Amino acid sequence: MAKTTDSSQFKTSHSNAAVAPASSNSPSGLAGNMLMGLLPIAVGILIALLLHFLLPKMVGLYYSRIVTDIGIAVIMAVSLNIVNGMTGQFSIGHAGFMTVGGYMAAFVSYYGSMCLWGSTETHGGFLGSGECLFVASCIVGGLLAAGAGYVVGLPSLRLRGDYLAIVTLGFGEIIRVVLQQTGKVIDSAEALKAGGLSQLVPPPVGGALGFGGVPKYTNLFWVFTILTITLVVAYRLKRSSFGRAMISIREDEIAAQAMGVNIARQKVLAFVIAAFFAGVAGGLFAHERGVILSPKDAGFQRSFDYVIMTVLGGRGSITGVMLAAGLLTALPEFLREFEQYRLVVYALLLIIMMLVRPQGLLGIHEVWDLWPRRRTTSPPRAASKSSSPVSSQETK
Amino acid sequence: MSDFVQTLITALAIGSLYALIALGYTMVYGILKFINFAHSDIVVLGAWSSYTLAVRILPWLTLDPHNPATVPPFWVAAVVMLVAMMFCGVVGFAIERLAYRRLRRAPRLNVLITAIGVSLLLQNVGQLNFVFGASPQKMPALLPSWELASIAFGEGESARRVVIGLIDVVIFSLATTLMLMMQYLVFHTKLGVAMRAVSFNTDTAALMGIPVDRVVSFTFVLGSVLAAAAGFLYVMKYPSMNQPAHAIWVLLGLKAFVAAVIGGIGNVRGAVLGGFVIAFVEQFGAFYISSNYRDVYVFALLIVILLVKPSGLLGSPVREKV
Repeated sequence: MAKTTDSSQFKTSHSNAAVAPASSNSPSGLAGNMLMGLLPIAVGILIALLLHFLLPKMVGLYYSRIVTDIGIAVIMAVSLNIVNGMTGQFSIGHAGFMTVGGYMAAFVSYYGSMCLWGSTETHGGFLGSGECLFVASCIVGGLLAAGAGYVVGLPSLRLRGDYLAIVTLGFGEIIRVVLQQTGKVIDSAEALKAGGLSQLVPPPVGGALGFGGVPKYTNLFWVFTILTITLVVAYRLKRSSFGRAMISIREDEIAAQAMGVNIARQKVLAFVIAAFFAGVAGGLFAHERGVILSPKDAGFQRSFDYVIMTVLGGRGSITGVMLAAGLLTALPEFLREFEQYRLVVYALLLIIMMLVRPQGLLGIHEVWDLWPRRRTTSPPRAASKSSSPVSSQETK
Repeated sequence: MSDFVQTLITALAIGSLYALIALGYTMVYGILKFINFAHSDIVVLGAWSSYTLAVRILPWLTLDPHNPATVPPFWVAAVVMLVAMMFCGVVGFAIERLAYRRLRRAPRLNVLITAIGVSLLLQNVGQLNFVFGASPQKMPALLPSWELASIAFGEGESARRVVIGLIDVVIFSLATTLMLMMQYLVFHTKLGVAMRAVSFNTDTAALMGIPVDRVVSFTFVLGSVLAAAAGFLYVMKYPSMNQPAHAIWVLLGLKAFVAAVIGGIGNVRGAVLGGFVIAFVEQFGAFYISSNYRDVYVFALLIVILLVKPSGLLGSPVREKV
């Protein structure tokens, strides 16, 4: 009897001992993971706050406007990179998604603030009710763009490479032409009340003249907060099984399919995620000071800009694309005096880049990959003194 | 009825231009498997170089290039067109030699980006002040505005006349001649056999002793020459020319590419068929539904055709071997 109880006790205690560390570990591990996951976002928001309150005082409005532009361009390029760089699909209609999101967001915030506050002026201060409406409108814009991304992603199941490129390009053009046919913007709250809300169907968003008068809510804080979220999502996606499946499609579609990757789902997913962030970026763009939304924004020329950023940055490299987006947005501002030659240089740069360094600035690597990679490229040293990196770290 | 006939005539003229441009896209795609985005800029180059040439030649003949009433002798149009074609042929050769040839084994995405780069380069070099300038111009009339035929529909007062102008006939017949020459070249000459062999399998063609580089160069020259002819004819029909980087040119090239895809890319006859299909859809859609959406019809047709028959109307599906 005693023996058995002993053994059972032993068993239970043993099992307890085995389970206890695991069970006590997992919540703290989970919390730790969540903290680690939230840390980049917290840091990003901190940076955004600092930029928002310090930058305009330090460098003036003109340069902080350029920084805002860079932020939006980075969001666009990083999100396009999910489709072009990671999944290896060639989308040249990304500006189409941006414009869909931008118009939707502008529509919501313009007519929304008319209904709520009777005017289209900015309402409430920093983080006030106006900005809440603005953020909500951006998200609505993003969702609509994601829907468009789903629709555009569907043909990608049947089409590859260049054909898909042409379809995405056609999508952007269709968006442009359809937006050109929309009606005149209703310019006062009284007119909106008098005519009733039924005037908003189909949406009067200005036609070929563009959608002006959108409240100017976009500031450095929101741009960089959303940029942070985009970066975190893109980076974590790249590291997740979804991201690896996408990369496998890029490397070899047939092999990926043979390994059990659901190609159709991954491609559409890539399009939907990329389109969502493009839509949100469009919302930011629409509410930026000095911007009048125009159907032209959906055209292929703007899409090419973002494609060029992803290519110059390196396919699949998030930091590389950030670098390229920053450079290519800032460079034209400083080359304004040479306006005529600017685009010639731009084009030459692109061709030479493709001929000389076809993998882009950083290739498939991130900025922080460059440093350790240089060490491992010298195998004899690494093989003979395997402990040397550790000791060097310790001495540091 | 009269409207129908008038639209038909316009569609035939425009369709033959689309077909000419589409031939260049489809040949390059057939051989190198990439979209030559710079092709539409060769069309622009053809149009603008013929403009530049015309405004130089006309004063030399003591004619005022900006007076629409003066009509030069026929040989001026022929010379302008031939010189523009030769010039574009040289540019096409140079582009292939300097940019694309080095990327023959590169990933297709890189080649595509290079093509976009070449396209941007041509556009923006063309916009420079000492090249073509960045403002729209009016092409001097090189052909008399004769009415070759005038068909009356209806009786008496309500009769509506449909006019067939010289320019429409010239465009259609010249384009058709060029296309028939292409057809002969591709299907009945040794060079054509070589082109088709390279397009079928480059490596095997090289093993069979076909000079692949020379065939590719020739294809580019041929495509560029046809594009130049199309550019010249286009500005003969629509004399108000936009500046080289204007979106309308890119759109023209895109529609021609769509024509090539619809017909089955890589297929010479398909490109011609696609050109006419696109023009008919565009012109009749613009007339009978709404002219605001004319670009939408083309791209919508493209998406529908790609979804229903991804290899195009005349293309044969390619089975991928693993």
